[in-house]
Amino acid sequence: MPDYTTELAVMRQMMGSRDGLVVFSERLALVNGIALTDPVALVARLRENKWLHGYCDPALWPALAPHFGADFKVDTTYDRKRVDDYAFGITRAVGAIAETGTIVLNDATTSRRLGALTPWVHIAVVERAKIFSDLPEAVAGLGQDTNVIWVTGPSKTADVEGILIEGVHGPGIQIALVV
Amino acid sequence: MRFQQIDQFAAELKADTRAAVYDGSKKGHEKRTKLLFDEYADPDRLRRIAGEVKQHVVENLDTYLPQVEAKLKANGVIVHWAATAEAANQAVLGIMRARGATKMVKAKTMVSEETELAHFLEKHGMEALETDLGEFIVQIDGDHPSHIVKPIIHKNRREIATSFEKNGLGAYNDDPQTITRRARHFLRHKYLEADVGLTGANFVSAESGRLVLVTNEGNSRFCLAATKCHIAMVGIEKIVPRDYDLALFLNLLARSGTAQELTVYTEFISGPKSPTQPDGPEEMHVIFVDNGRTEVLASDCRDILRCIRCGACLNVCPVYRQASGHAYRSVYPGPVGAVLSPLMMGNKFPQKADLPKASSLCGACHEVCPVNIPIPDLLLRLRNRAKEENVPSPGTPPMGAWAVLASQPTAWRASLFGGKIINYLPTKLLPIPALRAWEAKRSLPAWRGGEFRKWLKTRKGRADFSPPASSRAEAKKAD
Ligand code: SF4
Repeated sequence: MPDYTTELAVMRQMMGSRDGLVVFSERLALVNGIALTDPVALVARLRENKWLHGYCDPALWPALAPHFGADFKVDTTYDRKRVDDYAFGITRAVGAIAETGTIVLNDATTSRRLGALTPWVHIAVVERAKIFSDLPEAVAGLGQDTNVIWVTGPSKTADVEGILIEGVHGPGIQIALVV
Repeated sequence: MRFQQIDQFAAELKADTRAAVYDGSKKGHEKRTKLLFDEYADPDRLRRIAGEVKQHVVENLDTYLPQVEAKLKANGVIVHWAATAEAANQAVLGIMRARGATKMVKAKTMVSEETELAHFLEKHGMEALETDLGEFIVQIDGDHPSHIVKPIIHKNRREIATSFEKNGLGAYNDDPQTITRRARHFLRHKYLEADVGLTGANFVSAESGRLVLVTNEGNSRFCLAATKCHIAMVGIEKIVPRDYDLALFLNLLARSGTAQELTVYTEFISGPKSPTQPDGPEEMHVIFVDNGRTEVLASDCRDILRCIRCGACLNVCPVYRQASGHAYRSVYPGPVGAVLSPLMMGNKFPQKADLPKASSLCGACHEVCPVNIPIPDLLLRLRNRAKEENVPSPGTPPMGAWAVLASQPTAWRASLFGGKIINYLPTKLLPIPALRAWEAKRSLPAWRGGEFRKWLKTRKGRADFSPPASSRAEAKKAD
């Protein structure tokens, strides 16, 4: 069994002494994801695109509600039968990975797996202090949860003639709201 | 038959298909190389170490498998062992029947392609729907995947639009975005109606029992968010020793497979859903499938079991690019398939003994392989096996006469001189198949037999020439 340090698997010149949030935002943008730090900007973007009906984790809603206007309809319960009605879903992330622009979700912090997956827009609320620098660090921090999923940008395919299309089964827009 | 089957297939391939396969595979390869070399100081070291880790696993499967089983059981997973494809399919059917389930949504798994699970379940009255876009298209077309990562690399958008129209998925429209949206809409309701979600696993950590699953489309996540029962079909060689090793393998897999830094969805599953989570499987089964793998393990080609199914060797292979995946008549095409497919045939090896010959041994597959599998060496071993088992090899010129000449210096010298006659013969008319095939595409170079020997004897500095001591010693030993 070969012995090696996980430094081997770290991308060179990615982090340096830079701030995790800066690198995370930059890397997320490269995979066509969006990092925001201001709920006001988030609401403006949703409104601008007429994404007015969505699902929100009940634990997050009290803090976010004041930013949303009366033109929004936000449910804190998710109804499988209405899968096509939700334009956006807001759930909590347990962390993020700077090196790859990844958000980390697990069962404990995600209120509904479907709520994070089925709407066209997924907004993951992630705490700034919980950004890992790289993959080895994130693997070491997997924890005890039985289901951890790393999400790196919107769902995509290149099955048809190698042409990139986003929003296959999961979100076409992936947003991280860093708080 | 004048040609090897694979040559015949390639010769008859539609120009459209060839172009699609060629462009698709080339594009992936070029991006991959750039990513690896830009981002790592020594990407070759990554490959070598990953190869050593997997080789260690392959050689210690007997200790790792029980370890994984114990871990999975402790995590609340029901573990099954299937020696054959049939046994694996029966296990799935048994689980579905026990639950009264009739509908399955399936993520992409190569093992289930090996066992032809979807057909099997349909025969037994179950619905088994492929959800990966490419696999879905293959399924509604009654076709086969032709690449292990890009199943419809051989199809163009017009063919896809036609089959969507035929299958009631909307009027003809060949815009890739429209095709994808239609599949999205159709499939999401299927997930929500399904009883069982089936996936494979890219890696299984022996340390934690975590299954690691990567997709870009999010289909496996949907299977595991919408259904109440998760069945994972896993080849017994999928193990990595520790969680620690996962970062290395995930980095290599995404870059080698699809030239991404990381796949979009990377899921770590160590058991049924958490009690507090409303969505996802309450019951989880892992079926470890052998289906010929222990035979491979017992052979002198066991290195191939390191394979992490990234498809890089397909993309880089000049033969794959020209012949396309279907030419290999196997679930696994390309260089990896040329090794794995004949081996997995067991005693029906002769049926696919031609595949290892479909290679110029250029070595590109070895160079790109993220687990450093010496594919060309393995191909040679399999050619040797075919020879030893006297498998007939159509289209191969007989080498017997050459062997006689090459082992007798006088005869060799005479033939070098005598060969000059070929320069005066109408070669196009000679009834030698190999020669005719050659002449059909290019012309034979002039015979220069003996020139090299002449040059070697008369070249400057000849007096100084003496082989290094070590090679002399070796030559002696060989004598
Ligand atoms: S043999 Fe190597 S390059 Fe080919 S698919 Fe397997 S891991 Fe990838």
